[in-house]
Amino acid sequence: MAEEKTYVEDVDRSLYDFRNEDKDSFKLDEGLTPEIVKQISEEKNDPEWMKDFRLKALEIYNKMGVPDWGPSIEGLDMDNIVTYVRANTHMSATWDEVPEEIKDTFERLGIPQAERESLAGVGAQYDSELVYHNVKKEVADQGVVYTDLESALWGPHADMIKEHFMKLITPRDHKFAALHGAVWSGGSFVYVPPGVSVEIPLQSYFRLNAPGAGQFEHTLIIVDEGAYLHFIEGCSAPKYNIANLHAGAVELFVGKNATLRYSTIENWSKNMYNLNTKRATVEEGGKVEWISGSFGSHVSYLYPESRLMGRGARAEFTGVTFAGNGQNLDTGCKMLQAAPDTSSFVSTRSISKDGGISTFRSSVVITEAAKNSKSAVSCESLMIDDISQSDTIPAMDIRTADADVGHEAKIGRISDDAVFYLMSRGLSEEDAKALIVSGFADNVSKELPLEYAVEMNNLIRLEMKGSIG
Amino acid sequence: MSASLLEIKDLCVNVDEKEILHDINLSVNPGEVHVLMGPNGAGKSTLGFAIMGNPRYTITNGSVCFDGEDITEESTDKKANKGIYLSFQNPIEVPGISLGNFIRNALERKTEKKIRLWDFKKKMKSALEVLQMNPEYADRDLNVGFSGGEKKKAEILQMLMLKPKLAILDETDSGLDVDAVKTVSIGIEEYKKEVGGALLIITHSTRILDALDVDKVHVLVDGKIVTTSDKSLIEDINENGFERFL
Repeated sequence: MAEEKTYVEDVDRSLYDFRNEDKDSFKLDEGLTPEIVKQISEEKNDPEWMKDFRLKALEIYNKMGVPDWGPSIEGLDMDNIVTYVRANTHMSATWDEVPEEIKDTFERLGIPQAERESLAGVGAQYDSELVYHNVKKEVADQGVVYTDLESALWGPHADMIKEHFMKLITPRDHKFAALHGAVWSGGSFVYVPPGVSVEIPLQSYFRLNAPGAGQFEHTLIIVDEGAYLHFIEGCSAPKYNIANLHAGAVELFVGKNATLRYSTIENWSKNMYNLNTKRATVEEGGKVEWISGSFGSHVSYLYPESRLMGRGARAEFTGVTFAGNGQNLDTGCKMLQAAPDTSSFVSTRSISKDGGISTFRSSVVITEAAKNSKSAVSCESLMIDDISQSDTIPAMDIRTADADVGHEAKIGRISDDAVFYLMSRGLSEEDAKALIVSGFADNVSKELPLEYAVEMNNLIRLEMKGSIG
Repeated sequence: MSASLLEIKDLCVNVDEKEILHDINLSVNPGEVHVLMGPNGAGKSTLGFAIMGNPRYTITNGSVCFDGEDITEESTDKKANKGIYLSFQNPIEVPGISLGNFIRNALERKTEKKIRLWDFKKKMKSALEVLQMNPEYADRDLNVGFSGGEKKKAEILQMLMLKPKLAILDETDSGLDVDAVKTVSIGIEEYKKEVGGALLIITHSTRILDALDVDKVHVLVDGKIVTTSDKSLIEDINENGFERFL
């Protein structure tokens, strides 16, 4: 039978790849010195302790080597990365005050629509600075704080931030955590008081814009005893030819009997080095739920960690990764179970296509104290063709005999029978395959609010274009 | 001459280099009901798959014409959108899309028009009622966790909604209990009544045929059509089996 073949090197990302001229942005010299870090600190009007913190982090950064165990990051040249770019705009309370050009960018990313969908608050980050920020009244009335981190450093929760900032992820963790500590800029601070349940998800949408700019946003979320929060972080970046770096940090503090759901759809441009660090600590009876979709980027290192420190604390990680042509995505998660009766549940799916490399790394550590704890890890891989690669690297360190630990890995292909079945109802081969891949990734899309699930399935459809042959 | 809807000429079909169907000739006129019977392994399902264009089945000789067009080399989705429907013996489970959304998706592709959700839901509701299916099936992932009977009903449901000109039912009655066969038969009658389409019913039993006006019965043995007759042949086979054709 006649076969239609299409050869497409890269998907049409024009929907996501647009950029504004960075005509009037403020830029610092390229390269990283104490002078630059001081300049950043002054520009950001840091408290004194934060300036000292940055300088110490810079020292650590200069002493540490780059990781030598994962995908190559040779393409990164820190001397050529402008670490701090800020759009010439200030915080805006209403949408009308946001400059047209920037608004246009957000418009195309669908932020106002999302807000119309009655989401609680929007903190969208343009380059390194928060430009638009709004928390709906009813959320603020509950005593919930949702603001940018910079202004929070001078607000009523300044001490709380000082107490928690980079205590979970310290600059000594790795070189890019140190870099983050030195140059972090922008990001969100959320505090949910005891017993408060935030009914609607809070969301933040940020993106890189200027060529050669890194983005080092810091997210700090504290959910106090018995409280509930769903936080959604979405990223999308335009495409550039020179290497871009993302080294953000996410620190989540989940109090006693509190629950935090943290959802992310990352959609980086294909030249991005995404070296993000995310970590949660969970107290007695608390729960953290990570929902994570990783798309785009040239190289990713991403292993959100959950530290279960109190009795009965729980963590769930649900993730999907899609590696296409020229992409090497090293993702997974870490679970540290350091108290009795804790449980961790991991379900990940990875898709590789057109020579893309997808590696799933998991680490489960159950300490001697964590009697009667459970862990279940399951990862499934789908290979679209013969030239792609998929690896699973599970690590387990179990220090007590009184634990129930399971690991399961599967690898598969798209079934010809399924493609034929869907085509027999009139779907094109491409659509049939995209549908099957979306179905494979439904562990994540089922957990996302509808508009995000739709966006994720759109991304999958884009990535699957031209995969017939 | 070609008033016929489906015209199969001298069709030979290979699976894994082995010829399964030999010189099949079959002609179905619009609205006719044809039955294809035969013992296990005769190649009945192969014919359905070959007509629909399953890539595992290679047509080595002959042609398939539909609605006056040669579709021998056409892709499966195009055949479907021209109005051929194949009900699978073993429907595939597809997580990630609900039965309802899938049908709506397929309908919009076929008609190249957006379908108003309200209209669609109304039609779905009545089709589900015909098949005595719980409405919640529309919201469940396509075939995922459906029982054998529900899967078959879901196939007939899709047929009712997509309204093909020709429906090929591959062993739709196999593995169904008496009540389910009755329900499926009602669905098929509804299709005849509402759509007036043609049917090619592949079966090795006859229960599903009781209520239908059958125009022709073909018997397939060892990849060849050995006889074609009217409805009376069904009774004959019921009593004597396929022995005399072997």
